[in-house]
Amino acid sequence: MKLWFKYAGIILRSQMQYKTSFILTAIGQFLVSFSAFMGIYFMFMRFNTVEGFNFSEVLICFAVMLTSFSLAECFFRGFDTFGGIISNGEFDRIMVRPRNEMLQVLGSKIEFTRIGRFLQAIIVLSYAIPKSDIIWTADKIITLCLMIIGGTFLFAGLFIIYAGICFFTIEGLEFMNIFTDGGKEFGKYPLSIYGEGILKFFTFAIPLALIQYYPLLYLLGRTDNTLYMILPVFGILFLLPSYILWRFGVRHYKSTGS
Amino acid sequence: MVGYIGPNGAGKSCTIKIMSGILNPDSGTCVINGRTPWKDRINHVREIGVVFGQRSQLWWDVPVIDSFELLKDIYKIDEKQYKQSFDELVSLLSLESIIKTPTRQLSLGQRMRCEVAASLLHNPKILFLDEPTIGLDAVSKIAVREFIKYINKDRKTTVILTTHDMQDIEALTKRIILIGKGKILLDGDLNALKKQYTKHKIITVEYSSGMPDIFDGLTVLENTNNRYVAALDTGCVSVSSAIAMLSESFDITDISVTSASVEEMVISMYREHNI
Amino acid sequence: MRAYFTFFKIRFINGLQYRAAAYAGIATQFAWGFMTILMFRAFYKSSPENFPMTFEKLTTYIWLQQSFLALFMAWFFDNEIFDSISNGNVAYELCRPTGLYEMWFVRSLSSRVYRVVLRCAPILIVAAFLPLPYGISLPIDAATFLLFMLSMTLGSFLMVSINMTIYASTFYTMSPMGIRILFVSLAELFSGAIIPLPFLPDKVHRAFNLLPFASTQSTPFLIYNGYLSGESIRYALLLQIAWLFAFVLFGKLLFRNALKRVVVQGG
Repeated sequence: MKLWFKYAGIILRSQMQYKTSFILTAIGQFLVSFSAFMGIYFMFMRFNTVEGFNFSEVLICFAVMLTSFSLAECFFRGFDTFGGIISNGEFDRIMVRPRNEMLQVLGSKIEFTRIGRFLQAIIVLSYAIPKSDIIWTADKIITLCLMIIGGTFLFAGLFIIYAGICFFTIEGLEFMNIFTDGGKEFGKYPLSIYGEGILKFFTFAIPLALIQYYPLLYLLGRTDNTLYMILPVFGILFLLPSYILWRFGVRHYKSTGS
Repeated sequence: MVGYIGPNGAGKSCTIKIMSGILNPDSGTCVINGRTPWKDRINHVREIGVVFGQRSQLWWDVPVIDSFELLKDIYKIDEKQYKQSFDELVSLLSLESIIKTPTRQLSLGQRMRCEVAASLLHNPKILFLDEPTIGLDAVSKIAVREFIKYINKDRKTTVILTTHDMQDIEALTKRIILIGKGKILLDGDLNALKKQYTKHKIITVEYSSGMPDIFDGLTVLENTNNRYVAALDTGCVSVSSAIAMLSESFDITDISVTSASVEEMVISMYREHNI
Repeated sequence: MRAYFTFFKIRFINGLQYRAAAYAGIATQFAWGFMTILMFRAFYKSSPENFPMTFEKLTTYIWLQQSFLALFMAWFFDNEIFDSISNGNVAYELCRPTGLYEMWFVRSLSSRVYRVVLRCAPILIVAAFLPLPYGISLPIDAATFLLFMLSMTLGSFLMVSINMTIYASTFYTMSPMGIRILFVSLAELFSGAIIPLPFLPDKVHRAFNLLPFASTQSTPFLIYNGYLSGESIRYALLLQIAWLFAFVLFGKLLFRNALKRVVVQGG
């Protein structure tokens, strides 16, 4: 909506007031993901393949996850830090404005510094894509785009779930990091390498595999099943349960105050 | 213009939250502008303004005017009306010099004036003020109070105020509602309540010579340097009798009679209702 | 000396109150350790001959790393210290009859230690009972264990002394962001937190070993799991001591110079 762009404008202007801090933080983000990349690089210098995937294939996986995560962190940061919004009373202010609450939370924080991570991801992608053996036909490109979009909304959904839980308690929510940061961290390798159980969990419970592993198989030409290509859409559908939890949380807030 | 007073925990904040639509009560009705606040949140809050004393609604690092512009978009205020509101508020609250300053660089008093302006940009019919003058210096307090009086009178904006600052109450409200333990204990005119709850006045006499006798109903508070201050129990002795008695004891050069402060009134109200 | 100890105790007890967060943190770390081990297992299955150590040694390393995470985390800074330097409150701290460096050292150390104490025991205990290749192995012998404890102490002190130089840099630049970000982003890689250093290519491994970061967490863990032995342990310990000495000296020097300036400027 147009209002979101206005929010983005004011936030960008706010962050630009602190130019050095902005640039340094973005550089830091870049370096941190660079370290992660180096981790993979060094592992593959020693081992040639892991569970049948080679270096460039893993890189595509890594880059897609990093792109999705950085996009989600950039645009949905308001939900990711929702604990603060509740505890300092900012949500009351949101409730007193004649606009949809989610839109306002979205507009409350947009972290442009994540561009550092995003840049790293793009660089890795641009290295991995030519290096891989994939023949980039239209359907493969669509798969890749869907993976990124699906992944972004999946992480967004996780952030929204976190925010929803914040309405009930702020204590001990660190465990959500297992799925958000953990998803990004361990998603840099195709989820199949962790074993059957993990793959099943990330297929049916938190559909990370639907945006990473299965479409990747299609991308790499290991399967011709076009169903795998559109599985990422289910990642987007993950927003549904997230939204329900959010509304549930708002209702709870409205009946208990703070 | 209504003032809500009551001890902490009595339910003042909850009342404001219910009226602004933030909180859903378990039972009871509330109708504002023909709506139930929590059932039609977006339409309801479009017509109200809220100032939370301790928390700012302005964006911190950008000039105040940028915050105002964004509020214009949030409230979907049309261009002409915005300009009108904006010009009026800026001149009434003397914001010309600070409107382009980032919020973080403003003093508390300046920020509060901007906050009040921000809450009125969309011309709300009702303004809720939750501790608006807390922490302000004297000059800013007066400026804010004058402004609130003005919009109440001139723009016919309903103002609902909760505060612990008794001078706010004294300066602004005619009607006050006392809340205690979640119930309305009193709802009445300020002056009438003052008369009801404070039965004493303070008499200050400056004299050139003389010695006071002991009078019933007059409790001496201070008598030094030819200045005599006493509390007069008006239930016991009328003001005119007291003045007559005192002029017999003293050669009075100056005399003043003041009613008890709102603070004292509130304290006795609390005491009577056991809160 | 007793003042420091009391101070340590106070902050320690204060921190123990945050238990819900601690439980969630423990769960998170379990998941992390678990997934990391699974990842290494996948690589092991593909070519076990390229593994620089036995799988048991690797799992032991990972669990040690998770248990003692709080001691060696690179991103953990006390914001109060940064603030007190930039807004001048440090002047108050100088009025106390204890050295500023020592005070902040103890403070940083105690913050890390109480976090560790809350989390390490549950993780270690459960890890000890996991089926063999996946769990943590018991110490090889008493001597190795003692050397491990010594190395851990040196390593954590070193970590804090590195922190102290970062705090000290604030006196000189008034904006700790840049150095801090650089430090945090690279320290993880250099200290073996991303992948244990023995997995790196030989030349890189040897280069990283010379850096102070390796002497924080990598050394003690590699002593415990038996990767280092005999002569190499001695060498590693000496390196730790050398770096600790260097950083404490450097840190104290930075502090002394900075404080002279502070006093001259009048705070």
